[in-house]
Amino acid sequence: MALPLVLPPTVLGFYMLVAMGTRGPLGKIWQAAFGHGLAFTFTGLVIASVLYSLPFAVQPLVASFESVDRKLLDASAVLGAGTLRTFHRVILPMSVPGIITALVLSFAHTLGEFGGVLMVGGNLAGVTRTVSIDIYDHVQSLQYAEANRMAVILLVFSFAVLSVVYGANRRTRRRVWSPWPAR
Amino acid sequence: MAGEVSKAELAVKVSVVRHGPGGGLFALDVALDVPSGITILFGPSGSGKSTLLDCIAGLLRPEAGTIAIGEDPVFDSGKRIDLPPQHRRVAYVFQSLALFPKMTVEENVGYGIANMPKFERSARVCELLRAFRVEEIRKRRPGEISGGEQQRVALARSLITLPRVLLLDEPLTGLEAGLKASIVDDLRIWNAAQKIPILYVTHSRGEVDALGERVVVLDHGRVISEGVPHEILDAPRRETLAQAAGFENLFDARVLELREADGVMGVRLADSTTEIEVPLGYAAPNDRVRIAVRAGDILLASQRPVGLSARNFLEGRIVSIKQVSRLVVVVVEAGVTFTAHITPSAARSLELAIGKPIWVVLKTHSCHLVSDSPV
Repeated sequence: MALPLVLPPTVLGFYMLVAMGTRGPLGKIWQAAFGHGLAFTFTGLVIASVLYSLPFAVQPLVASFESVDRKLLDASAVLGAGTLRTFHRVILPMSVPGIITALVLSFAHTLGEFGGVLMVGGNLAGVTRTVSIDIYDHVQSLQYAEANRMAVILLVFSFAVLSVVYGANRRTRRRVWSPWPAR
Repeated sequence: MAGEVSKAELAVKVSVVRHGPGGGLFALDVALDVPSGITILFGPSGSGKSTLLDCIAGLLRPEAGTIAIGEDPVFDSGKRIDLPPQHRRVAYVFQSLALFPKMTVEENVGYGIANMPKFERSARVCELLRAFRVEEIRKRRPGEISGGEQQRVALARSLITLPRVLLLDEPLTGLEAGLKASIVDDLRIWNAAQKIPILYVTHSRGEVDALGERVVVLDHGRVISEGVPHEILDAPRRETLAQAAGFENLFDARVLELREADGVMGVRLADSTTEIEVPLGYAAPNDRVRIAVRAGDILLASQRPVGLSARNFLEGRIVSIKQVSRLVVVVVEAGVTFTAHITPSAARSLELAIGKPIWVVLKTHSCHLVSDSPV
C-alpha cells in the first residue's frame, strides 16, 4: 500500500501503461467488457490516479480512525452495535477532519501528478491533457504568459487546499495525520 | 432485605493472566456470585476490578472459567462458549462514561435500541430520560452538560437495553456527595422494578458504606472478603478495609423525628436508649438508617461540656485505652460502644482510666447518614 508513496511516478505509470495496454491483463479485460482499450483514455487516467494517490488518502483516514477512543467502541459493542454500525455511527462522525484531509490531499496530489499521467494518458488534448502537463507544454513552446496564468491558478488552488486542511484540523483537539507539523 | 438469601443472578468464576505494565504478571482469580441489587466491588487500584468487569461484559476473554447470567452461560472455557458483548445483554458504564461526543443526549440514550420501531423507541428514550432527570437537556451534546448530567446520561443510555446485569466502573467519581446520593437514589428506584444485579466498582472509602447492601473486596486479583459493609468494616483482621472505610463507628439507628427547619433529625441508636441528632436525610420517622462516625471526629470530655456548639453529649464509661503509635484509641460504652481517637497529650490531661465516667461529644455533622434502603 505504501509502495506508491516511494515509487517514482514514472515507474508506476509505466507499469500501469503495460497493464492497461491491449496486450496487458487489465487492458484485455477492459477490451472484452467495453470494446475499447484503457490506455490513453480518461478512464485509464482515473484508474491510474486512484492507485497513485490512494496511500495519501489511506494514511490520514487510518490515523483518524485509530484516534477514536477505544472506550467509545467498547461502549458501542456493549450497547449491541456490530462492527458496521459502530463504524458508521461512532467512528465516521468523529473522523470528519481526517476524511476532509484525505479528500483534499489526494485531490491536490492527483492534480499535480505529472509523470504517471503522461505515461498512461499520453497528453491527448481535450482527453488526457491535465493542467500540469499543459503548463509544461506552454513552457516548451516558450508561451510563458500562458504558462504563468495556469501556474497562478494552481498556486491559488494549493493555498486554498492548505487552508481547508488546517481549518478542518483546528476544530478538533485530536491529532489528525497531516504531512505538515502540527504547529 | 438484609439477611434474606437471594438467588445468585450473576455467577462468575474466572482466571485471567495478563502482562502488567511493569513487565510482571498480573493474575486475576475470582469466584463470585452477585445477587440482584447493588454489590460493591471494592479494592485498591490495580486489584483487578476493571479487569473483572471487562470479562463479564465480554470485552476481555479470561484464560479459563465460567460466567453465567441466571441459567444462561455467556462464557464457558470448557464448552467453548464465548458470547460477544453485543449478545450478552450486560450494561457497562465506564469511568470515562464514553458518551458519544457527536450525538445529542437523546441520541446517546437511544443508541442501544436502534432496531426498535420509531414510536416505541422514542417512548422508551423518554422514559429513561425522565427516570434519570435529563429530559431538559435532551437536545444538548455531552460536551455542553455538567459532569453530574453526563453521569446520569451514561446510566440512562446503559439501562435502555433492559440489561440483565449492570456494571459500573467508578461512574460517580468526582461528584459532590449530595449529587452522588441523588443519582444513586434514582438508580435504586429504577432497579426496584428491574431487580438486576449491579456491580459497582469503587476504591473510595465513603462509597462502600453509603451504597451497598453487599461488598466484595478484591486485592491482588483475589476476593479477600465479602459480606455486608459493617460486618466487613468491623472485622479488625482486615486492615486494608478498616483503613479504607475510615468509619470506625457504625450504628444501626431508628428515626424518631424530622426537624426539617433545622435540617436535622433525631435518631435512637439501635438496642439502646441513646438518642442523638444527625443531619436530615432521605428518611421518614421510624425508618431504619445507618450512622457512621469517624473515630477522629469524636470528642471526649471529663465533664459535661457547656457552651459548645456540638449537639450530642452522651455519658459513658471507658472500656479500654490503647496507644497505637501516636494515637490513643479509647473505647467508650455509652449505651452503644464508641471508638474515639485522641492524641496522647489529650489522654494525659484527661487522666483517662478504665471504668472512669466520660462524656462523648458528637457534632451533628460528624454523624454521617449512610443509606441502607432495601432495594
